[in-house]
Amino acid sequence: MKPPLPADDLLELYFIETRHKLLDVAAFLDRMERSGQEEDFRLQALKDALPLLQESGAARCARILEHFSDHSEVPIEKAPGKGAAGAVPTQPDNAAGESA
Amino acid sequence: MKYIEPHGHMVSRTTDDYERISLAGCVALSEPAFWAGFDRSSAQGFVDYFDQITVYEPMRAAKYHIQHYSWLCINPKEAEDMVLADEVISLIPERLSRPNVLGIGEIGLNKNSRNELTILEKHIELAAEHQQLILVHTPHLEDKLKGTRLTLDALEAHPGISPERVIIDHVEEHTIQMVLDRGFWAGMTLYPDSKCSIPRAVDMLECYGTERIWMNSACDWGHSNPLAVPRAILELKRRGHDEDYIENIVFENPKAFMSQSGKFRL
Ligand SMILES: [Zn+2]
Repeated sequence: MKPPLPADDLLELYFIETRHKLLDVAAFLDRMERSGQEEDFRLQALKDALPLLQESGAARCARILEHFSDHSEVPIEKAPGKGAAGAVPTQPDNAAGESA
Repeated sequence: MKYIEPHGHMVSRTTDDYERISLAGCVALSEPAFWAGFDRSSAQGFVDYFDQITVYEPMRAAKYHIQHYSWLCINPKEAEDMVLADEVISLIPERLSRPNVLGIGEIGLNKNSRNELTILEKHIELAAEHQQLILVHTPHLEDKLKGTRLTLDALEAHPGISPERVIIDHVEEHTIQMVLDRGFWAGMTLYPDSKCSIPRAVDMLECYGTERIWMNSACDWGHSNPLAVPRAILELKRRGHDEDYIENIVFENPKAFMSQSGKFRL
């Protein structure tokens, strides 16, 4: 469905907020570079997701979520903990617990 | 505008929150059983918790003219301990007849482990045996896609389960289509961070339609906002949607799903 709001109004509603969020992404990457931490699997997954923003087809959000997802199909032997990391770990789960 | 909060963990919330959601138009809510933020040391902890969400929270909510309903289960975060999980499951049948209990929930997977899946299947069996509605929690972040697939497969494998009597909660853009395509209801959990944002939820409504969808705030002990649904109402208005369209999503849809229990009244 096409959004009911005219395109110019939609742009007006979200542009500044989205610009602000993009700058937060840039600042986060700068911050991590200054810290010297560039190897973490989560950071790498985040950087690898950036080209997906340039895709067309209005499915960027789903594509990025899929990019961060575990694509294995069978249950794991035992839960390593309760938290999720946000990207597929290459090291033991050490993320904080998620609620809800 | 009147609305229903179909997934709120009110045991984590103050009376001020009850007052605020009542002032914002909340007329009913449902509270799924979930993790307390720590593992309970025995099944006795669940006896008390089930009393809290079936006896005491309804009284607290009533003071603010909100109808309170609940769901019973052992949540997937505590399901790795199968002995405890079996003990807790055995507590459920005799409590299903309590007047505010709508069904089994929030069941599902967390880290997509074998034990979690076994306990999920036992809950599905319990729901089928007692003809209960089901409210499903899907895992977060990188585990959601796999966990949603495994959960839908487990539900479809049971001949006694009808998808229109099951809500799959916490859907996001990569899981909503499969949930709706397979005939289940889909819940969007609105969070300040880590889950679905309000603008994204509105996007999904525009892209996937409004049939068999509800929105909720979770409002648990984590960073969450009990006013997320009224905020979504405001966002929908800003986006040009009319009152009937909005009321259908925030009131009629949750009412339709929960009324299938035979106990939901307004
Ligand atoms: Zn929950």
